[in-house]
Amino acid sequence: MDLVTPGIGMIFWSTLFFLVLLFILGKFAWPAILLAVKARNESIRHALEAADRAKEEMAQLQADNEKILAEARAERDMLMKEAKEMKDMLIADAKDKAMEEANKLVKSARESIQREKAGALNDMKEQMANLSVDIAEKILRMKLEESKAQKELVHKLINEADLN
Amino acid sequence: MSTRFLAVISSLLIGLIFIVPGTLLYGQDEHPETEDAHHVTVEAHQDETGHSEAAEEEFDATEYILEHISDSHDWHILTKKDGHHVSVPLPVILYSKHSGLHVFMSSKIAHGHSHDGFQMGHGTIEVINKKGETVEKSLNGKIIEVDEHGALVEAGLPLDFSITKNVFMMMLSVIILLWVFLSLARAYKKMGISEPKGLAGFIEPVIIFIEEDVAIPNIGEEKYMRFMPYLLTVFFFILLNNLMGLIPFFPFGANVTGNIAVTMVLAVITFLITQFSSNKGHWQHVFNTPGVPVWLAPIMIPVELIGLITKPFALMIRLFANITAGHIIVLSLISMIFIFKSIFIAAPSMLMVLFMDMIELLVAFLQAYIFTLLSALFIGMAMPEHHHD
Repeated sequence: MDLVTPGIGMIFWSTLFFLVLLFILGKFAWPAILLAVKARNESIRHALEAADRAKEEMAQLQADNEKILAEARAERDMLMKEAKEMKDMLIADAKDKAMEEANKLVKSARESIQREKAGALNDMKEQMANLSVDIAEKILRMKLEESKAQKELVHKLINEADLN
Repeated sequence: MSTRFLAVISSLLIGLIFIVPGTLLYGQDEHPETEDAHHVTVEAHQDETGHSEAAEEEFDATEYILEHISDSHDWHILTKKDGHHVSVPLPVILYSKHSGLHVFMSSKIAHGHSHDGFQMGHGTIEVINKKGETVEKSLNGKIIEVDEHGALVEAGLPLDFSITKNVFMMMLSVIILLWVFLSLARAYKKMGISEPKGLAGFIEPVIIFIEEDVAIPNIGEEKYMRFMPYLLTVFFFILLNNLMGLIPFFPFGANVTGNIAVTMVLAVITFLITQFSSNKGHWQHVFNTPGVPVWLAPIMIPVELIGLITKPFALMIRLFANITAGHIIVLSLISMIFIFKSIFIAAPSMLMVLFMDMIELLVAFLQAYIFTLLSALFIGMAMPEHHHD
């Protein structure tokens, strides 16, 4: 059976050709191709990892932003509240002070009125006393002449006193 | 994984596009060739053996098929109506113990001519083998050396290193592989890490497939890189020769991977790589299989040693048988036309041939893959990671 008997020529040539092919491709083709494929796979892996990392960072950043925003909002609310309190306090303060001032004014006015009144009363008392003395003096003088005249004098003196 | 699978399938489909017209031309081409070639062969026989004319009428499918799947010294293209052969002569290189080295074109010894005492052999001779038994040896397709009286020279058959049909196609495949992969390597150096384009995009998935699904799982992540050049070379060498063997025109169609010498060489190289890369664990497994009682050693050691040889032997036979069988089936289906001599057989026969060629296309990839996979498996088995506990 020729078909299953390896011929020497074919063994020789196929060994030669295959080893030459293996040598040349093994030296010049396969390392270059395999390295290039590996390098690309590496770079793709790196790119994917970097993209993942960037995504994570992005998410992190977004979360941070949210947090900062929330903090800022809270701070703003707090500031507003404080300002409102301050305003209310100021207003209340001012009101108190004004009230106090007014009360003080009213009190001093009242005192001065009192004082004036007391002075006027004293004045009046003095004048009344003087007037009474004068009247009494004149009455005493006119009594001596007539009773009619005395009455007239009294009237006259009273009228005079009213004018004062 | 699925993209890689798709790439393999698409390469199959693209291959089909090339094969279909080729298949249709089988019939057109082979029709005149086979009948007339047969005619001439029979006439040549007549000169020597004096066969009767009646034999001429019969179509000998066995001879036709064997002629196509075996090697030959010239490349027969077609035979014209007048019986004139058109064939490409190939260089014949012979070394004879009787007369030394001879180099001449095969056309010198075509049609029964003789050159320097060399001519194509016919029939059989009886030779005495090493055991002293007399066996019949076929001389068909072999070049014999005769003396002035027409008798075979004492020194026996010359050693035949001719560039035959198979050698020629193999040479062509080597040139194509070198051209493709060297230009590919250059393209890879140029394009750096950008995406593969053109041929690279077509071949790269196959390379990655060999790397990730053949080499790494069988040999292991740390050691596989050393064997990648061999695995890739053997894969593409077998694949290209399988595919080229399916194309039925010159300079393709030779049955290289269906030649036992070629598959033997490949299997022996796998065997040598396996043995030379083997580690202690491998030999421990052969001579002192873990878990096997010592008293079984007289049985186990021979079994293991035979196992070492049967692996490459199976590689050799598997590839040879698959590819040769594929060629035989296709040729048998074509022979149907000439056996029945009917046009009505031609159409179904062509359909069957088309179908077979598609299967052969699958087989071409499959056998290249299996050879590579088993090579990787054997290499991996010969260097176990750690000793078995």
